[in-house]
Formats: sequence, structure tokens, C-alpha cells
Amino acid sequence: MNLQINQHQINETHELQLTGEVDAYTAPKLKAVMIPLTEKEGNVVVVDLSGIDYMDSTGLGIFVGALKSSKANNSSLKLRGMTVRVKRIFEITGLTEVMDIESEVKGEAL
Amino acid sequence: MRTASDYIEMNVPAKPDYVGVVRLTISGLANRMGFAFDEIEDIKIAVSEAVTNVVNHAYADGDVGQVQIGCNIFGDRIEITVVDQGKSFDVESTSKKLGPVDGKSVDQLHEGGLGLFLIDTLMDKVEISSEAGVVVMMTKYLHRDEVEEHVDRISPAPSQ
Repeated sequence: MNLQINQHQINETHELQLTGEVDAYTAPKLKAVMIPLTEKEGNVVVVDLSGIDYMDSTGLGIFVGALKSSKANNSSLKLRGMTVRVKRIFEITGLTEVMDIESEVKGEAL
Repeated sequence: MRTASDYIEMNVPAKPDYVGVVRLTISGLANRMGFAFDEIEDIKIAVSEAVTNVVNHAYADGDVGQVQIGCNIFGDRIEITVVDQGKSFDVESTSKKLGPVDGKSVDQLHEGGLGLFLIDTLMDKVEISSEAGVVVMMTKYLHRDEVEEHVDRISPAPSQ
């Protein structure tokens, strides 16, 4: 029931590697790290979700907020490494249409 | 018709800290009942959404109330009821605003509002009442493809 965020930076590319769960408890932590990165023009924010084994609408909301922020600030947001489960809730909610998601989908992360 | 064999209830503070605890407990119950992995994940999300709604909306700032989660375990289904005593919302008008992103531009997206939509999508049957506080009752059937549909059978919500 926790979320670990590992951050790597190469020039303007910031990679966030997430491990654990994104829910109402952990989402504020993700928001606090991710949103400021999207606020700087030219930044490329890449979020690796391969270590996420649970996400609900609170997490989706954070990504919607980050997407809006990136559009407003001319940065970009890319998601990659979604497990089948996480991909499914992005699909159900229609967010796969608006998010930049790398198509490779990993199997169940257990 | 089968009758309820077991009833489990939790009463936790309406704080984000406890959403995961409720989710894990429900996951354990669903696992014990024999739900498939994907169904358990669906139930976990639906319950978390309902509890998160209470955490986010039910009580005025600074006034942390409780959220009550009741599970009726039947031979063929689990019925989960999430109850708060906070302020009600207008279910009709709220549901109209909910839905998938379909065709909306990024500007039109808002950061909340997907929770009830997910509950409705992931569970087999969902009832919401908002007379005194909000009650969300959701049902998931075991091995739904192998049994006849039980769409009209539901037990009354536990009285408060």
C-alpha cells in the first residue's frame, strides 16, 4: 500500500519510475513530483508504470492533471510499461485516446 | 433463492490512509469466495472508488467522519455497501456528467468524476441512494458466465 518514485534526469528528459499503488493515499505524492516537472517548457516527462500493480480513478485524475499542465506549458508527457490491468482502466475511461502511451504492454506484474 | 450466509462489516475513518486497508480486506474476502484474479481486481477498484468518494466529498473540511463498509456474502455473489453520513449529492445530475472521455478534448477533461463511472462499469449491479448521506450498493456475481442471471434479486440495504 505504498508508492515508490525513482527519478532520473538526462537533459530535459525526466523519467519517473513508479512502483506500488496509486490511490487516494499515495496520489498526492505522485502529484507533488510530477506536476512541477510538466510545468517547465520543453521538459519531456516519461512515466514508467511497469511496477504499478494497482491504480484507480484518483491516479487517473493525477495523469489528467499532468496532461493538462503539459499542454499548457509546452512540455510533454509520455506513459510507458503499463501492465494489462492498468492499461484496462485507461481504456475503460477512454484516456488511451488522449494520452501518449507507448504501445508495448507488459504482463501482470505480481 | 439463497440467503445471506455471512456478513462482514468495517467502520473506518474517512481518511485516504484507510482506503488501501479496506481494499485489501475486500480482496481477501473475494479471494476466499473463489473469484478470478481479474474479478478481484475489479472489485478492489470499485470499493476503493466508493470509499474514496466518501473521503473526498462526504464531510466538510476538518470534520473527519466514518465510512462504513458492509459485505454480504452469498453463495453466488458478493454485495458490498458503502455508507457515509455526510452530505448527500444529487445522484441524477452527477451521473449525467459522468462517463468515459469519448471525444472530449484535453481542456474538457476534469480530474475527478471517473470514480462512479468505474464502479458502474466494473460491477454487475450498482444502486446509489442519497437520502441521508450516500449509500452505494454494488454486486458482483461469481462465475457469472456459468449461472443464470439474477438481475432482480437483491437484499435490502442494512438499516442504519
